[in-house]
Amino acid sequence: MSETASIADIENEIVEEFSFLDDWDDKYTYVIELGRKLEPFPEEHRKDENIIKGCQSRVWLHSYTENGKVYFKADSDAMIVKGLVYLLVRTLSGHAPDEIIKTDLSFLDKIGMKQHLSPTRSNGLLAMVKQMKLHALAYKSKISE
Amino acid sequence: MSIGSEQPTQALSENSLDKILKARNDFPVLSQEINGKPLVYFDNAATTQKPKVVTDALVNYYSGYNANIHRGIHTLAEKATSEFESTRAVVKEFINAPSTEEVIFTKGTTESINLVASTFGRKYIGEGDEIIVSAIEHHSNMVPWQILAAEKGAKIKVIPINDEGELLMGEYKKLLNERTKLVAVVHVSNTLGTINPVKEIVSLAKEKGITTLIDGAQATSHLDIDVQDLDTDFYAFSAHKVYGPTGTGILYGKKAILEDIPPYQGGGEMIQEVSYEGCSFNVLPYKFEAGTPNIADVIAFKHALEYVNSLGKSNIRAYENQLLEYANEKLSEIKGLTFVGTAKEKVSVISFLLEGIHHQDTGIILDQEAIAIRTGHHCTQPLMQRLNISGTARASFALYNTKEEIDRLVKGILKVQKMLAS
Repeated sequence: MSETASIADIENEIVEEFSFLDDWDDKYTYVIELGRKLEPFPEEHRKDENIIKGCQSRVWLHSYTENGKVYFKADSDAMIVKGLVYLLVRTLSGHAPDEIIKTDLSFLDKIGMKQHLSPTRSNGLLAMVKQMKLHALAYKSKISE
Repeated sequence: MSIGSEQPTQALSENSLDKILKARNDFPVLSQEINGKPLVYFDNAATTQKPKVVTDALVNYYSGYNANIHRGIHTLAEKATSEFESTRAVVKEFINAPSTEEVIFTKGTTESINLVASTFGRKYIGEGDEIIVSAIEHHSNMVPWQILAAEKGAKIKVIPINDEGELLMGEYKKLLNERTKLVAVVHVSNTLGTINPVKEIVSLAKEKGITTLIDGAQATSHLDIDVQDLDTDFYAFSAHKVYGPTGTGILYGKKAILEDIPPYQGGGEMIQEVSYEGCSFNVLPYKFEAGTPNIADVIAFKHALEYVNSLGKSNIRAYENQLLEYANEKLSEIKGLTFVGTAKEKVSVISFLLEGIHHQDTGIILDQEAIAIRTGHHCTQPLMQRLNISGTARASFALYNTKEEIDRLVKGILKVQKMLAS
């Protein structure tokens, strides 16, 4: 992934990767593998205020800015969610706040994982996306001050 | 593990077994495919599927005699009223209540419990009083009491459990004292399947003159319910967990206590006469049934109960017991699987954990295999804290499930383990 790749570029890259996987077994096995590739979450940020609570699994989210870009670190205690967390971090981390706020993450639909972002799944992922956008929004107002 | 010793299960005759196995065809929802595979529905503790007689009853009401009840003098209103009230009579028989006046229609178990909290609770529970619940309650039989206790300055006391998920009756006895105003305990645990010794629980409370409420949400589809034998003051349950529709349920209450406590909500049906100065309340059970009730679903509920009666509760129980034993045997063979809740007396609910695997991953992968189970805390968060886990995977069986489906579950679990093996 080059420094200049846009969110849309990364989304296309991911859709391309998944296009080789035909059945759900392979897709989910791949998602689980991706979860293992997620960078370790910094332990000092694994605290209650960084937890996004779903009904079933937990997600930890930490963010920071550098040179006007927003960076995310995240983790989950469930493996499939962790794989999806990896995809979200890979997609949204390292971009300008505006780009993050505007994206609709349509790639999740294209790779057949959209149902995990449904409000009824209550796994914390939808809340995580909202939180990531909120962080971006907060940094945006800070930067413009 | 066996199903309640207080409720002996007869051996299932070949004839009865045949009848139960055929019953599956009465449930249209079960014949569908998910992800190209036949659906296995093991989330019966959350809600049961409905036989066609129940959905037909809903359609028949709306297309044949939709009318408001009790006040109309025209033919449709009379038919609707008589069908509605006949459900009350069937419920009375189903739980062996002494009279139909003691059978109150509510939205479900949760509303039944809230009704008691709002009426009996407001009248009789004050500062420093104690309400006893158990460590295996679901939130519906905990939160209404917590709200009441916070309002009144009362205290909630919890009957602890052992590691098998059984109530410690010795500890329960110690909790009963002159400050205890109510014992509200679940009949069957939705998370663990444990059947509580409710008759003994009630009788120990009665010795001290304490009011009792039994939450029968999970019990009514499996066990024979006899409120007179239990001698409980209140018994609450939902239609949708006994093959009936959602949005309707029952509160049984002893007549004397129902007459004594104030109404729950104000409005039509619960009044006798209203003037600008005030009103007089209607007789039982209408005193507690304000507003137009859920007519269609109440009527359909009768058909669900008649359906269960036609198969025979003891046949259903014997069959479900076979499923439970088979599942226990097959799941025990899976390495890395532990059962959560191994009470001696339990219904056909199996909660389990897979070593090193999050229950949510288990649920998602089984769903891909068209196997519907429940994962999470099952609305029993305090119990999860007691067990020091974040949730479980739960398979709960009903009369239409089969041994072949349990084999599918076993295969599915092996697949989960394979996919998540690190």
